[in-house]
Amino acid sequence: MMTVTTIAFLVENKPGVLFNVANMFRRRGFNIDSISVGALVEPDLARMTVVVDADARILNQIVEQLSKMVDVVNVKRLDPGRTMMREMLLIKVESSDPMAREEALRHVNTYHGLILNIEAESLIAEVTGEPETIDAFIELMKPIGIMEISRTGVTALEKGRLKL
Amino acid sequence: MVEMSGAKAFVKSLERENVDIMFGVNGGAVLPICDELYYSDVRFVLARHEQGASHMADGYARASGRVGVCMATSGPGATNLVTGIATANIDSAPMVAFTGQVPQSMIGSDAFQEVDIIGITASAAKYNIQVRSPSEIPHAVKSAFYIASTGRQGAVLVDLPKDCLVESGEMVFPDKVEFRGYNLNPHPNPREMDWAATLLAKARRPVILAGGGVIAADASENLMQLASLMMAPVATTLMGKGSIPNDHPLCSGLCGMHGTGASNMLMSEADVILVVGARMSDRTTAKLDEFNREAKVVHIDIDRSEIDKNVETVTRVIGDAKLALQGITERLSRALQTSSKNEEWMKRMEHFRKHYEVPEQPSNPHLKATQVVKALRGALPRDALVTTEVGQNQMWAALYFDVYGPRTFFSSGGLGTMGWGFPAAIGVKAARPEVPVVDIAGDGSFGMTENNLATCVEDDLPVIVVVLNNRILGMVAQWQRLFYGHRYKAVELGTTPDFVKLAEAYGAVGVKPTTTTDFEEAVRQAVKDNVTTVIDVSIDPEENVFPMVPAGMGLTDIILEVSPEESAPPAAQGGRDKAEIVAED
Repeated sequence: MMTVTTIAFLVENKPGVLFNVANMFRRRGFNIDSISVGALVEPDLARMTVVVDADARILNQIVEQLSKMVDVVNVKRLDPGRTMMREMLLIKVESSDPMAREEALRHVNTYHGLILNIEAESLIAEVTGEPETIDAFIELMKPIGIMEISRTGVTALEKGRLKL
Repeated sequence: MVEMSGAKAFVKSLERENVDIMFGVNGGAVLPICDELYYSDVRFVLARHEQGASHMADGYARASGRVGVCMATSGPGATNLVTGIATANIDSAPMVAFTGQVPQSMIGSDAFQEVDIIGITASAAKYNIQVRSPSEIPHAVKSAFYIASTGRQGAVLVDLPKDCLVESGEMVFPDKVEFRGYNLNPHPNPREMDWAATLLAKARRPVILAGGGVIAADASENLMQLASLMMAPVATTLMGKGSIPNDHPLCSGLCGMHGTGASNMLMSEADVILVVGARMSDRTTAKLDEFNREAKVVHIDIDRSEIDKNVETVTRVIGDAKLALQGITERLSRALQTSSKNEEWMKRMEHFRKHYEVPEQPSNPHLKATQVVKALRGALPRDALVTTEVGQNQMWAALYFDVYGPRTFFSSGGLGTMGWGFPAAIGVKAARPEVPVVDIAGDGSFGMTENNLATCVEDDLPVIVVVLNNRILGMVAQWQRLFYGHRYKAVELGTTPDFVKLAEAYGAVGVKPTTTTDFEEAVRQAVKDNVTTVIDVSIDPEENVFPMVPAGMGLTDIILEVSPEESAPPAAQGGRDKAEIVAED
């Protein structure tokens, strides 16, 4: 049975590590739904968050193959019930029609988003939420006329004292 | 801290790792290194092609248990090493490959002899490092040896831009390196060993599958001790050959696509399978869906990612195979009140041994490969070391050449690299100059790296090459006979070269015996003279390797022979038969 799972891991913050991680996924035929990378407080470490849709055997292999990599320091499958997940979306929509613009602004407001830029023919909004929320928001915006979107991929932390 | 050039620090780092021999080819980007080696005692064996150098280092590593070292220049020198890196890595041989690189100022500019060897080897090596300043060299070399030789061993590449070799820097030579993400704990969890022992104690039809991990962990004695305690037959993978002597009463031989009937059948009837240091490759398990589903599998491995990768286990023991086998044996000898006789199961092994004996193939003027391989065994001293090429020669050697201990039989198991055996034999000879080293070859494989004859002769590393010469790419031809209606395409090699003349052209000895007696005599002479000798033995191109499990079939679908009609050429069969089974590879 396929399950969407979020895996977080710490890596050495040095050149080539992102390539090696991506290459391992490619080489073993594992699909990545999303991946995000960012620096940590410790300058020599970075944190990667990968979302995968895989069955139990593949999931186990992904974790083990990641753990085996020399530059991967720590790997964890995040417990969905104990994890805060966020993804950020930037979306550019048609706004030359005032009705459409009004509707876009309303939706952005409902989703607690921000308007980053408004021009005569387009506007850019920022929305943050769980990936499903972002999906729903995009669906809502489709009739208005989406020109371009950019998603960051998921970033996640477990609640409480748990840490990687 | 001391200031010196990167090249000097590099050679000093090798010396600190006790490297006494390295294999390679010189070139523009590594000139500074060779200029430092000029003043060093490290022996440099000059290969005639970098692929050969990489296999020599690999053979040296497998025979000695120490890290094998090879070096090449940038660009094509580096890419020519790649086959050797992939071969060593998949067979978990400890090897470090050094490549020259264009100066950092030119990296990314598509400079002359520039190639992205770090990108290219990312999925072929265990790890790779590109040096970015002269001062990083000692740490990089130390790290490469450390990672190659620990945990599940493998191949590590270090890429050395020329400016880092030429320029000087402050050098610190570390005694120890650490990687946060590289956690080595060879000690198995006691709880895991308890579970394993409990399960094994209840086994009524136990089988042990021994892989290369047993040899890497120097655990042959422990393997045999546990096998005897349980009275469990031991089947081996190709990499595990030698982990238990072929003449040991519990050794059932190779398991898998060309496994013995005994090993394949016992594996399929077992109630508990103890896998030790094997990665359950498709060549060992045959069709996974049909691999014994009833058996409880216990898996010992140093590499956690191998557990449940292909075959689902009931329990696992992560750690060094020697420690794991010791721990399980201790527990089991307490659990088993009286030592098991397992008579029924032993009878079953005897039954399979007899029942699956391969019938003699019809006689014709050619020598039989199986006879040649057996005769070779008889003519060689017991402690001789053997490498193989890949294909029929390899499987005949695996099935019919008995070996009596670990690190005596060497083969490219995972990658299946034709042309590996000969240069690897040169590396083996460098590691063990006191014993005869033989490459059991086919004419196709030998042709791929035969230029290394020059290295044998010039560097005084005498190797005996037995060419099982069938003038065809034998294993491919066997598949074309069995699964493609005997339609030979791109397999016939013709009668060139003349291997005797070829040997002589390189200053080696070439002989062409036509009888078994002459062959044995040629082998004895080559051993006695200790000179590089190519023994060209003409065999029947139609001879098949049996037993065989066709690809895509289960372990018990064993073919022992084919009727003459089945292997007849297409004219007799009336062309292509649409209904024929074309096996998967």
